[in-house]
Amino acid sequence: MAEQGASGSDVQKYDASVSAGTGVVTSDRIDNPGFEPFRARVSELDSKKEKANERRVAMMFGLSMVGSVAAIVAYIIFPIVPGDPGSVRTNTFLLGLGLALGLFGIGFGAVHWAKALMDGHDLVEFRHGTRGSDTTRAKAVEVFHLGNKESGIGRRTIIRNTLIGALVLFPLPGIVVFRDLAPAADPNDQLRHTVWKKGTRLTKDPSGVPIKASEVTLGSVFHVIPDGLNDRQDKLEQKAKAAVLLMRLRPEDLHASKEREGWSYKGIVAYSKICTHVGCPVALYEQQTHHLLCPCHQSQFDITHEAEVIFGPAKRPLPQLPIAIDSEGYLVAQSDFHEPVGPSFWEREH
Amino acid sequence: MTVDTTAPASAPATSADLPPSNGTRVTNWAANYIDERTSISGLVKELGRKIFPDHWSFMLGEVALYSFVVILLSGTFLTFFFQPSMAVVTYDGSYAPLKGIQMSAAMSSTLNISFDIRGGLLLRQVHHWAALLFVASIGLHMLRIYFTGAFRKPREINWVIGFVLFVLALAEGFTGYSLPDDLLSGNGLRIIDGMVKGIPVVGTWISYLLFGGNFPGEAIVGRLYSLHILLLPAILVAALGAHMVLLIVNKHTQFAGPGRTEGNVVGSPIMPVFAAKAGGFFFIIFGVVMLTASFVTINPIWVYGPYDPSPVSAGTQPDWYIGFADGALRLIPHGWEFMLGPYTVSMNILVPVVGLVVFLAVVAAYPFFEAWVTGDKREHHIADRPRNAPTRTAIGAAGVTFYAVLWTAASSDLLATHFKLTIEGVITFLQVSVFVAPVIAYLVTKRICIALQKKDREIALHGFESGRIVRLPGGEYVEVHEQLSDYERWKLVSFDDHAPVMLRPNKDGKITVPARLRARASNWFFEDRIVPVSLTEIEASHGDQLTQEQVAVESR
Repeated sequence: MAEQGASGSDVQKYDASVSAGTGVVTSDRIDNPGFEPFRARVSELDSKKEKANERRVAMMFGLSMVGSVAAIVAYIIFPIVPGDPGSVRTNTFLLGLGLALGLFGIGFGAVHWAKALMDGHDLVEFRHGTRGSDTTRAKAVEVFHLGNKESGIGRRTIIRNTLIGALVLFPLPGIVVFRDLAPAADPNDQLRHTVWKKGTRLTKDPSGVPIKASEVTLGSVFHVIPDGLNDRQDKLEQKAKAAVLLMRLRPEDLHASKEREGWSYKGIVAYSKICTHVGCPVALYEQQTHHLLCPCHQSQFDITHEAEVIFGPAKRPLPQLPIAIDSEGYLVAQSDFHEPVGPSFWEREH
Repeated sequence: MTVDTTAPASAPATSADLPPSNGTRVTNWAANYIDERTSISGLVKELGRKIFPDHWSFMLGEVALYSFVVILLSGTFLTFFFQPSMAVVTYDGSYAPLKGIQMSAAMSSTLNISFDIRGGLLLRQVHHWAALLFVASIGLHMLRIYFTGAFRKPREINWVIGFVLFVLALAEGFTGYSLPDDLLSGNGLRIIDGMVKGIPVVGTWISYLLFGGNFPGEAIVGRLYSLHILLLPAILVAALGAHMVLLIVNKHTQFAGPGRTEGNVVGSPIMPVFAAKAGGFFFIIFGVVMLTASFVTINPIWVYGPYDPSPVSAGTQPDWYIGFADGALRLIPHGWEFMLGPYTVSMNILVPVVGLVVFLAVVAAYPFFEAWVTGDKREHHIADRPRNAPTRTAIGAAGVTFYAVLWTAASSDLLATHFKLTIEGVITFLQVSVFVAPVIAYLVTKRICIALQKKDREIALHGFESGRIVRLPGGEYVEVHEQLSDYERWKLVSFDDHAPVMLRPNKDGKITVPARLRARASNWFFEDRIVPVSLTEIEASHGDQLTQEQVAVESR
């Protein structure tokens, strides 16, 4: 049984026909000394210790039973009381504790049993090369030869080639049927438009209350959605494109280019909230520097310079929403964005 | 296979002549009944006493396997209550702060699992903790395989299968994470959407098909659910089966030790020792996950609230295993996007995506690369000690460092806020580190390995310092060295030795380019080489050594 086989002589004996490559094979190697003498454990030498270990294992299995029963009891006598979050905690905690005891008891019991009481001798099993024997391989080759001969797949080329053609084509319909994962309409049109249009009021997110220009004090920032968004069926899809940040700076801090001079109102500017990198909401506004920071990948946009990127992986500035006020003093959009909002995509400028 | 129908297969030899007890009779009858219909005795004979070697690092793969079982069990429970639907409902469960708020059925049912079903929160947390443990243990298991060279012939294919399992585990993790449709996971999906849109030519359409229209749409949770509980687990279980079958066919590797050779396996038999240890270990793993889940909250979606494309909180973090991908996105400098005619090419997306794919491809292909460098066609069943393959270990350390830098980058904002640094400074430091740190790790690791090999060699030849200083009759002080036993020495000297190949013309008298490349690669691998102690050296060293006995003689 134990301590058989290997000693120096059969160590590192490689089949000479197998290349060792860079491996160095030398006859000047130290011999494998063979197995160390077996060291018996206390359980094997002392029947008292053996009995004690036996009791220990049984005790752990016993504790497991206690734990499992305790879990059921906890489930029943500590129910969840609606409106009381503490009861959820108690239930989770006690149920979990019972279950964990039930599991640990079995686990530690079994491992202790194996380590302390089961036969501790190392056993030896011999390896055989993974490669099949020559006879087996010859048989396998013959199987293929017979298959070829009896079906004629190598000889009847027209059958073989049409079969290959058929097998190549048959999965294609399986791919095509996935076209209707998405609606028929071209995504490109939809990515170019949001629900903002001329005269849409800017409202607070999420309440939908319109914003008066007079409410927007210097240094304040508003999270904005278009009026009527909350009533739409496709609210989230539209919000993912139409979310806007509104803030007021001193007009002299804004460095607007010529064509955008009329897009703000008394230092109030509105920019898309959707990051031009991968689309996270650019929610963090630093009042002192007028920088917007995306919390996902830390792109920073400078509001004083038309939201151009000053740091981070984003390339393009946040698109600006041209705004004005209506007759009642509420902020409204002059038009939709002049470019697609959100992350870049291949056909964006097309 | 012949089956003896008269004598039950399991009858122990010693009790054959005693009248069997009732219990034995039932067991015998059942064993016979099953064997006559399944031939199972053959399988028991083949596998029942199969030997498994023992080493603490061999349990890492077991942890992965057992945590997967825990995931299956807890996940099945969750499917009975979870509703994979994005239909908008008004929440009316026990969690007061969200009462009356509109959310998807997925989010609402996840809240119900957490607050209205006894044990629901516990099993949700068991599922999540087990998933985190699953990915972590696969990663550590892969590192064990890598650093001990257990991927060498004949196990290259099993390495690739294991790699596929790792990727599937990541996919399972991400799809599962996205199912509750909470604010955090929704932002994760938003990032996926942005990344997909950055793929040239087809990106826009892939995103459109994936989400069933515009992001977020009403389809994605249901689709991810199909992937998460059906398609991915099916592939995972199949690959896991293949992984286990090859483990049995190839037999387990073992570390070098007295009596252990390339031709044997030394350890415990499946029945009973390994079965008891491994079976017990499953319960311990399950217990650890259960205990963690009872004490420590994970993914408190009720704090985040339902998904909304507008809000996001600062310091958002993905689950740990996605960190390296998120970090790669963060490290791209400003401005990496350009126009190709009328089309937008987002290098800020493509570079990290392609970079990570290449990194993973290198991991998958490494065994084939090393096999090419060594040209070693022998089977290897003795696991290397990492120090004895310095270049491989150094490459591994470089890879781990590269991963670690990306992973750190995923927390760049938290690093900045916790340590009062600027975000720009942290990012710039990590941008440099991602290239420099792996090189440093490579060099340092290689030197450490070689130093350890030298120390091993020294100890094998001259023994170890006993701490006993002796004054010789001539007044000279020496420290007595204690020799190793043959068994101890064997562990230090029995490693695989490789030397660089010599560049030689082939039989047509030419030096081909592949040959030149291989020579250079093998030079890179094995140029700095510590040769194992040889028999001649050992014999020679005994002459000049002052051993205990000699000191005893001389000082008498």
